[in-house]
Amino acid sequence: MTLEIVGISVLWLFLFGYLIIASIDFGAGFFNAYSLLTGRQHILTNIIQRYLSPVWEVTNVFLVFFFVGVVGFFPKTAFYYGTTLLVPASIAIILLAIRGSYYAFETYGSRGHKGYSFMYGIAGLFIPASLSIVLTISEGGFVSMVDGQPVLDYWELFTNPLTWSIVVLSIAAVLYISAVFLTWYADKAKDAKATSLMRKYALLWSLPLIITAIGIMVELRQHNAEHYGRMLDFWWLFAISAVMYVGTVWLIWKRKKYGLALSLLIGQFALAFFAYGISHYPYLLYPHLTLYDGFTNPTMAVALIIAFIAGLGLLIPSLYLLLKLFLFNKDYVRGKKDNHA
Amino acid sequence: MGNEESVFFSRVLTELTLSFHIIYATIGVGVPLMIMIAQWVGIKKNDEHYILLARRIARGFVITVAVGVVTGTAIGLQLSLLWPNFMQLAGNVIALPLFLETFAFFFEAIFLGIYLYTWDRFENQKKHLLLLIPVAIGASASAVFITIVNAFMNAPQGFDILNGELINIQPLVAMLNPAMPTKVAHVLVTAYMTTAFVLASIAAFRLLKGSNHIYHKKSLFLMLKLGLIFGIAAAIIGDFSGKYLAAYQPEKLAAAEWHFETEKGAPLVLLGILDGEEVKYAFKIPYALSILAHGSPATEVTGLNDFPQDEIPPLYIHYLFDGMVMIGMFLVFISFVYVIGKIRKWKFISSRWFRWIVVMGGPLAILAIEFGWWLAEVGRQPWILKGFMRTAEGATTSNNVDIMLILFSGLYLILGIGSVVVLRRMFRNNPVEQELEDRHAEKGGDFT
Repeated sequence: MTLEIVGISVLWLFLFGYLIIASIDFGAGFFNAYSLLTGRQHILTNIIQRYLSPVWEVTNVFLVFFFVGVVGFFPKTAFYYGTTLLVPASIAIILLAIRGSYYAFETYGSRGHKGYSFMYGIAGLFIPASLSIVLTISEGGFVSMVDGQPVLDYWELFTNPLTWSIVVLSIAAVLYISAVFLTWYADKAKDAKATSLMRKYALLWSLPLIITAIGIMVELRQHNAEHYGRMLDFWWLFAISAVMYVGTVWLIWKRKKYGLALSLLIGQFALAFFAYGISHYPYLLYPHLTLYDGFTNPTMAVALIIAFIAGLGLLIPSLYLLLKLFLFNKDYVRGKKDNHA
Repeated sequence: MGNEESVFFSRVLTELTLSFHIIYATIGVGVPLMIMIAQWVGIKKNDEHYILLARRIARGFVITVAVGVVTGTAIGLQLSLLWPNFMQLAGNVIALPLFLETFAFFFEAIFLGIYLYTWDRFENQKKHLLLLIPVAIGASASAVFITIVNAFMNAPQGFDILNGELINIQPLVAMLNPAMPTKVAHVLVTAYMTTAFVLASIAAFRLLKGSNHIYHKKSLFLMLKLGLIFGIAAAIIGDFSGKYLAAYQPEKLAAAEWHFETEKGAPLVLLGILDGEEVKYAFKIPYALSILAHGSPATEVTGLNDFPQDEIPPLYIHYLFDGMVMIGMFLVFISFVYVIGKIRKWKFISSRWFRWIVVMGGPLAILAIEFGWWLAEVGRQPWILKGFMRTAEGATTSNNVDIMLILFSGLYLILGIGSVVVLRRMFRNNPVEQELEDRHAEKGGDFT
């Protein structure tokens, strides 16, 4: 395995981590706002707040980690993606900023402020949409080189069905992942009402998820035949992922083993995400930038990997402690004690 | 929009984001240490007031951390969005400390979450105090690493350029650049100093506005003691920074001091107005610049006239330098008077006018931080990577920077107002007297 592959695998893993925990976070914000609108706030708010409060900052770090890592391992991405993504990424930053700070404002400043909750919930759905544009652009066809500088063709981007399918997929995935997680979490908290409501949402969002996922495969065939061909080479990974998807939906439908359902969900997304990533190889931005052109010098790569291993040695036990204290602590999950500052 | 405008708006947007971010970032570096000290003193003295102080600071900290995190994310991404050419070059050499910074940040975020949600969970307050150590280390370490990146931009090393190609890259040498020791030390110490004065400012304000509780008096004394210690440290390190500038960035020092002619026994210029090359209405302290620059009154200090004209930073940085130094001196002076006055039982330190001066201390300290950063950053113009890349070469070619500038200005306005409103409401609705009463009712006054 070359250093390039190690680098991109590590980053892909972190992006996957962000995908899962940010989805839970974004979806939870949306469900919270939606329950306010439909007058079911009392059912969901406690569960959602209890989960989100200690972890929201950690969620944000996963994203920072990813983009700092990308520029570190692949400095040329700063040139290609930095220039072209100014507008979509800036919008994502603004939404993230509103979301992150208003979460703190609402939770600590004035609990139950409706305006904050709505902003929070709606911003959460636009963020995956604005971030998923990166995935669309990476498929090629939207960036052209003018005088040696990359330029993004917005018209082409916004009129292409691939763009919108990826946007819809990202939103459906956010709501589905979040609903399955919260079903499990509410069940752990022995909150029957919240469990049954979240279960309904999980089943509701499972369908658009799988439809758009299949739709994107079809569109890629048109848009980037080379990528589509490589995806077919890994058909078995997507097949296992699909089986896991069926397993999750079935368990949730039968109201059984929500823990297993959650594991299957994570497995499903992990396989699909990595199969997608592997089939994208060797391009970072088709066809302008490959993994090998964009890679940093070997000295820096080795330094980064050493720093990465040392950092993980520190982070994994800490993350475990965080999960142990909040996610897997019965008293905390059931809300018996409120120990916040 | 031409490229020149892109460069201009990129500079304005970066300056705006950083100027806003450092207010929250500085507090973010200093506060964990202050909470730690307050809680430690509380445990040592078995005094509930200090524990409560720690808790109340922690609660307010959540709000400033939230804004600090999101604006930090913004500047992190903006580096690549607004300065893609620079990041492509620098990323090869300086990615390591950037990467390490995210680890420190990660570490801090995890333990801050745990710390904030485990008050009362542990029988032993000391265990809870232990959780704060990684928070304080993480906060300071991320400041260290990100300042290393900035130091590298001022004094790049650890690579060679051969025919436009980067060779001989040494990440550790790049990190251990000559600007690093003074910059890192100055950033850390002034962050602690500023936080102490901001917290002292709050205590003095509460004392002026109604409450005469012993809690605020304890907080005021503790914070001004800490402010004094860190203030003196900041002044000493500031002197080292002057010597660093003389050796490595003499044009920055010369511009900050309006020192045009190379001469021996150079005077230090305070205040004044620049008229062409004529400095008017200024106080001049003979030999002081030579002492600041080289530690001896007779040595020669290079003047601005000996540098190429297109490599000289804007001369207005002189005002920033003066502002920063004078505020620093003033803060050291008032905290010194207060601490001595407390020991010798001088009456006037409890008077209203003196407390108002202390209230001014917090905002002034933040102003000094802004001045200091503007001085450091504008002082290395026209370079983005001193000696290697001019600012104009590093900027984006995208045409939409002006619109983004408007959007981000709106965002920072909302965040600034929002954080102030929420913080005020948080503490106004729950004054210390009320909270002490509530806690006594709950626990029977037993805090240890």
